[in-house]
Amino acid sequence: MDRNTLIAMLRDMLLARAFEERAAEEYARGNIAGFLHLYPGEEAVAVGVLHAAEPSDYVVSTYREHVHALVRGIPPGAVMAELFGRRDGCCKGMGGSMHLFDRDRRFMGGYAIVGETYPVATGIAYAIAMRGLPEAVICFFGDGAVNQGTFHESLNMAALWKLPVLFVCENNRYQIGTEIHRHSAVTEVYKRACAHRIPAEQVDGMDVLAVHRATRSALARIREDTGPQLLEMLTYRFRGHSMADPGSYRPRVEVQAFEEKDPVTVAIAETLPSYPTPEQIASAGPDNIGRLTDHIHRQGHMTPDQVEALKREVGDTVEAAVAFAAASPEPGMEDAWASLNANRGREVLIR
Amino acid sequence: MNGTMTCWQALNQALDREMAADDSVFVLGEDVGLYGGSYRVTEGLYAKYGEWRVRDTPISEGGFTGLGVGAALVGMRPVVEIMTVNFALLALDAIVNMAAKVPFMSGGQFPMPLVVRTPGGVARQLAAQHSQRLEHTLMNVPGLRIAVPSTPQDAYWQLRQAIRSDEPIVLLEHELLYFEQGGVDTDAPPPPMHRAALRRAGDDVTIIGYSRTALLAEQAAGRLAKEGISAEVIDLRSLRPIDWETCRQSVEKTHHLLIVEEDCGFAGAGAELAAQLGERCFHLLDAPVRRHAGLDLPTPYNGTLEAASIPTPSSIAGAVRRLLDGSAPGDET
Repeated sequence: MDRNTLIAMLRDMLLARAFEERAAEEYARGNIAGFLHLYPGEEAVAVGVLHAAEPSDYVVSTYREHVHALVRGIPPGAVMAELFGRRDGCCKGMGGSMHLFDRDRRFMGGYAIVGETYPVATGIAYAIAMRGLPEAVICFFGDGAVNQGTFHESLNMAALWKLPVLFVCENNRYQIGTEIHRHSAVTEVYKRACAHRIPAEQVDGMDVLAVHRATRSALARIREDTGPQLLEMLTYRFRGHSMADPGSYRPRVEVQAFEEKDPVTVAIAETLPSYPTPEQIASAGPDNIGRLTDHIHRQGHMTPDQVEALKREVGDTVEAAVAFAAASPEPGMEDAWASLNANRGREVLIR
Repeated sequence: MNGTMTCWQALNQALDREMAADDSVFVLGEDVGLYGGSYRVTEGLYAKYGEWRVRDTPISEGGFTGLGVGAALVGMRPVVEIMTVNFALLALDAIVNMAAKVPFMSGGQFPMPLVVRTPGGVARQLAAQHSQRLEHTLMNVPGLRIAVPSTPQDAYWQLRQAIRSDEPIVLLEHELLYFEQGGVDTDAPPPPMHRAALRRAGDDVTIIGYSRTALLAEQAAGRLAKEGISAEVIDLRSLRPIDWETCRQSVEKTHHLLIVEEDCGFAGAGAELAAQLGERCFHLLDAPVRRHAGLDLPTPYNGTLEAASIPTPSSIAGAVRRLLDGSAPGDET
């Protein structure tokens, strides 16, 4: 892989991590409300997949989609302002964290009902196939989404009509708090695709190079009109399901608790907000950012100083995004009505 | 292309016209292609436009209605046929959570030129799972528009208007009306899609109906005329938005209002009509607004019981008499 792509991917992963950690801080400050689902740990998936896609491809994502939006090119300020619910957000404050959209960048939305991304992606792909265009649709979903009826309904239709959809499962092993072996009889998601005659493979979703490689070849096959493909990315979210969820049901936390032999320490820790700190996250598990940074160092593409400079740069970008969001005005009710009636045009409904 | 035709033929011609005019219009649903549609609405279109524009789908209402949403997001004009409204319950997420909300949640970035056509209502002994309506649920969804055509003329034009709109629209058709005949004028400019129609002028009482109950109300008005009761009949044609002004003007004249609906009365469409018109017309009314609705009962299979569970011309006339003479409501709701 060429140096520029590698550095661009590292930059996006660092930006993603910094953006999400900052979003958590802004949530704690009360600047972001509602549900906030963060992406740390899973950066290699969004970054690897979307760097392998073309700007003309469409992206359909879930409610954990800030990073998909950022990598797709939506300005960080517009994303942060949307999280803040402000008028300069990419959806004028009408959507919020779970509903980011950008028509120009073919970012077709964050969908917050689990299992909605499949039919939307299938429909866009139907339009592409009908028009005979060389575009593809990238459809993200989690492991918890594969037991919705729309999964099988849509995979069947996509395969039946050879639609250009790349189904990307972000398998972080948890459906909120229910681990995969407790929600799925078949825990290898990619195996389910064979029921619909869809080629599928499992990918190390913590390795951005592997993700990028698998996506490129899957998209190349899709563009040869062979129909849909499915990739199962094995990944892990470091945080809880949302800011309302400390994630305390999970083995890693259990392991940490066991390591803390002192029951008093454990008791104190239980009473504190138990979101992991950036330091804890950095020290835990196979961090996908660390892996790419090591690779870039080994290849001699960047020195540690240059990586630090890149971190400072994305830190400044996030800082500017927060400042932009904070300075943006609240939308008015007229913006809400305008959003609702945006497609009315000059149509006369009654008189 | 004027003349007399059935509702299904009117819908068929409307589809044909729009598909010929705009190649982004496509039809999808169960048995709409080779088979020609359960109620013949898509007859002949598969041969004419091919499988991509007249798509036979698997039995996956949620999936293919959602597919329509996705296609509409990129500017296609899908016309989704859900074989009956009973199956639309499986597609409610696509209609309510997606079609109605994505344009809004995106801050108005995306068009949603989606049409969902679906027949419903009590037909002929189809039993409880196949004899429902869904307007009460869909009316409560901002972002959706709902048309309820009762005549071939309205079916033809409201479908064409719906296809041309960039907003999501549900056409609630009635299974018993597909083979009803009526004149269709394809040249005269149609009224706005959601304007109510005055079907019969009268002075003593206003009867508001929609879909099949508008036709039943006209028949009831004919009976009442022989008794010297002059009933005005309004066919709403639309349940979202509702043409309140046409209703109000009628009540201003008659001072009495009966709302007729086939669906169960409890929390049905008529409840909203009665509440709003009660508020808007309080000082115009000589008596409280009354509703005459289907019984609060899953539709029985037995034919006699089925017929007794929904309004008929005779039961509507009875409800009007009780309204005018001030006697207690019968089993209107």
